[in-house]
Formats: sequence, C-alpha cells, structure tokens
Amino acid sequence: MSDVFTIAGQSFSSRLLVGTGKYKDFAQTREAIEASGADIVTVAIRRVNIGQNPNEPSLLDAVPPSRFTYLPNTAGCYSADDAVRTLRLARELLDGHKLVKLEVLGDSTTLYPNVRETLKAAETLVKDGFDVMVYTSDDPIIAKELEQIGCVAVMPLASLIGSGMGILNPWNLRLIIENAKVPVLVDAGVGTASDAAIAMELGCDGILMNTAIAAAKDPVRMARAMKLAVEAGRESFLAGRMPRKLYSADPSSPVSGLIGAK
Amino acid sequence: MLTLSINGQPRQFVAPLTVADLVQQLDLLGKRVAIERNGDIVPRSTFAATALAEGDQLEIVVAVGGG
Repeated sequence: MSDVFTIAGQSFSSRLLVGTGKYKDFAQTREAIEASGADIVTVAIRRVNIGQNPNEPSLLDAVPPSRFTYLPNTAGCYSADDAVRTLRLARELLDGHKLVKLEVLGDSTTLYPNVRETLKAAETLVKDGFDVMVYTSDDPIIAKELEQIGCVAVMPLASLIGSGMGILNPWNLRLIIENAKVPVLVDAGVGTASDAAIAMELGCDGILMNTAIAAAKDPVRMARAMKLAVEAGRESFLAGRMPRKLYSADPSSPVSGLIGAK
Repeated sequence: MLTLSINGQPRQFVAPLTVADLVQQLDLLGKRVAIERNGDIVPRSTFAATALAEGDQLEIVVAVGGG
C-alpha cells in the first residue's frame, strides 16, 4: 500500500524526523539515527571553535549529508533577523540547500515560539527561495497564516521543547490538521512512544523529535520504539479507528448458542 | 596590521588579507564552514577574491548537532 510522505515535492520513506543534539557522542548519534529510520535530520548552525584541532571528528562525518537530508534549523534565535541570517549561512554551508526549519523563540524559560518574529522571518525566507518548515504554537489561525505565506510544512508544538510532556492539546492539533493543505508535523513535546502514536493517529503527517530519543536511558532502543510508534500511529490513522461507544458494551463472541443452565 | 572581529572576538592579522588567507591562517582549510562578512554571505567561490578591511565583522559557522 503506497503512503508517500512528500515535503516540498520531495518524497521520504520515514515520517519520523530526528534531531542530532544531546547524544553522548557521535557514535551514539549515528546509531540512534539509524535505528529511528529517519531520512531527515535537523542540525544546528553555530560559530566554529577557532583553534580546535582541524582533524576533530565532526557531525558531517557521523551523519553524512550524502546519506541523510539535512534540515538546518534556527534553534536559539530570538529574532527574525538572526533566524534569516542563520539560514542564509546554512544555505551557503550546504551548497545551496533550500529545505530548512525555522524556529524563532520567545523566551529562554519556555522556549515558546515568538509568533510575530516567526511570521516575519517566514515571509523573508519564502521570498528568498527557501523551503520553510516552520515551528509554531498550536494556534490554528497562525498555522494557516504560515501556510498562506508559503511555508512547505507547519510544525506546531505538542508541548514545550524538551519537556516530554506529550500531546497537551489534541483538539488544536486536529483543527490545524483539518484546515491545512501542507503537511503538519508535531515538533516538540513528544516524550515517549505512545505520544508519537497519538500524534500520528490524530492525522499528523510526521513528527520531529530529539530529546525523547537522546534523553532516554537507552537512546538507540527508544529510537526504534519511536520508529515503530510513528508507523503504528500512521497505519492506525489510515485504517480508521472504531467508533467510541460510551457506556455501551458490545460482546465480541456470539450471544446465542451458550450452554444451558444446569 | 588589520584588526577583525571574528565570531565576536577581536583578532589581529597582517595586511593584506583575503578571506581565503584567513581560512588558512585559522586552520579551517578543508573544513566545511560558511562565512558572513558585515552581515552578508561571502560565497565560497569568492574567498580568494574578497579582501578584508579594518574593522570587518566576520561570523564563521559550522553545522553541529541540534534539534
């Protein structure tokens, strides 16, 4: 059965996108990403450490851009201007790569998105030819505006970044999904495999996560769990769940043909 | 001498200096970096032709692990 996941005209086999931060070392990063089955991996753009040994292993060796689709992100940016500059640097760094993740934060305690700056940056980036996947709040009106600006995917939070609090407002996610004409991905808040399955059962097109895998006791095993959960949740969504029948039980076994009373 | 701001730190170099010279002197040759000069991207293809001037503000970045 074909169920293709397409972003900006490009097809991917996995609906799970993973971050590359917070791992013990590059070997674990690589192993966890392999186990997750992800095609798309997010990377951060940071100032080079001058004076560092030039032969020091780098992320590019552990997670080669020839094998994975890099999604440079603007995590840590608090203004539209910084986010745009960061992604222009990323595009130069990755030889004209256009697919990016925009994230403009509002404050360092909640890491909640600054929607005003996010909208501003999205407009500039879309005009500049970027394919923008955008992290945002779970406000359906803002999600629609970001789509209308030309973002290629809208990525509402399920709960705060790195919190592992799970899907706090499934109703808003549903509203966003039902109104969207571009893929909707849950970005942030997934804590465990059941959260991922719930998000996919709501009809999300994919999930982006980092901490839920990297901060698990066994990240590689959790990566595999997330892969299975995303697949199970997607299949469940496509299969269409049975209707809920509150206070009305319905036996699975025949009601007739029971043995007689003694 | 030429004083440049590199990733927020002042550093001195012998003039004249191109972006390609700078990359070499900072031991970044062969490393995948991107450079912004006074707010504008310096394309890799123009490193050798771009001369740096006193007070230039440079940002030199790499890809690192992140969410």
